[in-house]
Amino acid sequence: MSKIKSTIDRRSFLKVSGLTGGGLIIGFNFFTACKPEAVPAIDISQLNFHDFNGFIKIADNGMVTIFAPNPEIGQGVKTSMPMIIAEELDVEWKNVFVVQGGLDTDVFERQVAGGSQSIRHGWDPLRQTGATARQMLVNAAAAKWGVDASECTSENGVIFNNKGEELGYGDVVNEAALLEVPKDVQLKDPKDYKIIGQNVKNVDIDKIITGKPLFGIDYKRDGMVYASVLRPPAFGQKLESFDASQAKAMEGVIEVFQFGDKVAVLATSNWEAMRAKKTIKANWIIDTNLESTKDHDKILLGLLNGKEFKTLRSDGNVKKAFADADQILERTYESPFLPHNCLEPMNFFANVTDEKVELVGPIQTPKWTADRISKKLERKIEDITLEMTRMGGGFGRRLYGDFALEAAEISNISRKPVQVVFSREDDMADGIYRMAIKYRISAAIKNNKVVGYHLKEAAVNSGMYDLIPNFFPAGSIENYQVDSATYKSNITTGAWRAPYTNFLSFAEQSFFDELAETMGIDRVQLRLDLLQNVKGTTDEKIQYSAERMEAVIHKAVDKSNWGKVKEGVYQGFSAYYCHNTHVAEVVDVKLESGVPVIEKVTCVIDCGVIVNPLGALNQVEGGVIDGIGHAMYGNLDFKDGVPQSTNFDTYRLIRMKETPSLVETHFIESDVAPTGLGEPALPPAGAALANAIKAATGVRLLKQPFITNQEIFGLKKV
Amino acid sequence: MSKFDVKINGQSYSVEVSDDTPVLWVLRDHLNLLGTKYGCGIGQCGSCTIHIDGVSMKSCLLPISQVLGRSITTIEGLSDNGTHPVQEAWKEIDVPQCGYCQAGQIMTATAFLDKNPNPSKNEIREAMHGNICRCASYNRIEQAVAKASENLS
Repeated sequence: MSKIKSTIDRRSFLKVSGLTGGGLIIGFNFFTACKPEAVPAIDISQLNFHDFNGFIKIADNGMVTIFAPNPEIGQGVKTSMPMIIAEELDVEWKNVFVVQGGLDTDVFERQVAGGSQSIRHGWDPLRQTGATARQMLVNAAAAKWGVDASECTSENGVIFNNKGEELGYGDVVNEAALLEVPKDVQLKDPKDYKIIGQNVKNVDIDKIITGKPLFGIDYKRDGMVYASVLRPPAFGQKLESFDASQAKAMEGVIEVFQFGDKVAVLATSNWEAMRAKKTIKANWIIDTNLESTKDHDKILLGLLNGKEFKTLRSDGNVKKAFADADQILERTYESPFLPHNCLEPMNFFANVTDEKVELVGPIQTPKWTADRISKKLERKIEDITLEMTRMGGGFGRRLYGDFALEAAEISNISRKPVQVVFSREDDMADGIYRMAIKYRISAAIKNNKVVGYHLKEAAVNSGMYDLIPNFFPAGSIENYQVDSATYKSNITTGAWRAPYTNFLSFAEQSFFDELAETMGIDRVQLRLDLLQNVKGTTDEKIQYSAERMEAVIHKAVDKSNWGKVKEGVYQGFSAYYCHNTHVAEVVDVKLESGVPVIEKVTCVIDCGVIVNPLGALNQVEGGVIDGIGHAMYGNLDFKDGVPQSTNFDTYRLIRMKETPSLVETHFIESDVAPTGLGEPALPPAGAALANAIKAATGVRLLKQPFITNQEIFGLKKV
Repeated sequence: MSKFDVKINGQSYSVEVSDDTPVLWVLRDHLNLLGTKYGCGIGQCGSCTIHIDGVSMKSCLLPISQVLGRSITTIEGLSDNGTHPVQEAWKEIDVPQCGYCQAGQIMTATAFLDKNPNPSKNEIREAMHGNICRCASYNRIEQAVAKASENLS
């Protein structure tokens, strides 16, 4: 056991004894126990990380309830975070019930799901919390026996002394509640782990497979009405007037009213609300400007050709390196807007009364959302409660809480308990999209070495966050520069699974492939050679580890049988670092009637300790297929401010037949603290596929979605 | 507004709704059977899949007036306590990520395996093609259908 100084103090580790029916509830603000760094992957600087709460409840009979602290969007933290607590608490997993935190408390301060950071930031505090609770129970037992706590041990919820006596946790919980919080607690040696590292099934699996109401959209309340909202059809429009006389006369419709530039239709059922909304005749007028994809294409290319950049990192002298180069490779990569398309459409429940504001629904940022609603409705934050439900996907969309604000506003006006439900069309047309971005990458080659690297970004609304310029290949090339330029659009954009890196990885990892080809060097070797230059770097800004990157690359080469596959199989390689995790991927394609078809994806990941391998594998398989799906098919065009796809008949998501049915995942065995896993498997997938397609067809893909490439996919129906 | 008598999961229900109300919304908003999910409303995603006389159908496109006298099964009625071999396979493989699409996936898989208890890999991929999983848990869905087929035989 390693003895660590606990940073948990009485203030952040509050105890409440005297539970109804006996037992102990231990509350903890686990993020005050280990203050996290700011999360860079999404713009959540406005979010408060300081009030995170969780609870452990130990009953008289020794059964343990752990309130999972963070929002569950399918990333598995409702299972994995309690596993970490249970490990150090030293209880059997079968005796643990997991409940989403916060459902029965009027303290609304909550947590965030974003940036693949829940486990990384929770690792120390969750372990300390479990270990602290365990130590208090041991101390209580020792006091009861009149022995020193150091003579006592615990195992699976039972405390032993060296006389062979034993007491269950349930026997001493009430005494433990009266004790001081220990200053020093011991964390387990990883080799003694009994829960961490085991395959643990999703804690909600039984409810999911039997269709129990779990999600926000399943929430019901007596007297609740449904709201369907009519919003401007185009970005840049506003409401001038509307005629809802037909809607108002329809069955089930309760009321129709304007709020802001929107019209709310309240009805007794979703169908009635959605149906009535379609009959509203609204006049929309141009407010700002109506933008189209073809304009964006021109504007972004104009930015890349121009000089108005913000330099985000600059090493050496890029200008000189290019002037002195023997050879220059330059490529431009283009990506479209993408909607998130969570399968559970945006929705939220609000009940605004004179006494309180009740909010229930799927939200990645409960605290921030409650704060905004408090401001919008001019209500005291103490009046607001927010319950988190399980989320039918998040992917960044549920960070924004616009749907919760709408629900609160509508309930505030109507003074009814209201659930706002987006139709699929609303969800896709009123998005906060992954922005369209173009990258131009150039490399200067001298004496067959990469001596200069210049990355230019042109993005709609916002460019890469400030850590990204310090990802690979930063530090590996003497003259290196990253520049960014943005164009402000009225189309709303935001974080989308693996923000920026979801496309930047495609651009850079495609570029390295072509660079190796240009230089006549093995594609993998080029990356390994560059990594040598970063070893021993004293540059603290560099985010990735050359050694860990090298290790995933070597293992991917080995496991994918790189370069040694049978004839007719073509491989593409990609390696990327983001969300503190190192990943290498190899895609194997073959040609069927000349069209590339993926046979297999090999993925090697170093994310430190794997808390729940069963859940981790699911994240990786999903991330890889999601990455391939969006690189292949994802595309949202705009014409005069209007999204050109609003449902799955015109927006293509990857489906079963198009997936590689084998995603082979290998984790690097590690006892390093865990890092992100919800996002990092996605970014490398697009480049690995593009590189494999190049190997198979000779065609280099520079633009997403790939399916629009006629040369490769011909007349294959989009 | 008309009164409809429908049989769902072996139970009789009487609801008063407009004739064009899709079965999906009758289940969700009127009968509190919330396992059947809304995803797209145009029969493209499969989240709302139910069985009509044992055949899988998308309930978002199916007006209530068209299912009178027919036997409707939803995820809630598939088995007692999740003991259908397909549900058990889903649990064994630990398929879900967010879980939202899974009821629809399971309903598609059960109707399919009823007709074709020993499908090939390609037949599974073909049969499940109409159900979107946004989390892309497709590999596990495929494995679970194969596993269920094994469990059934």
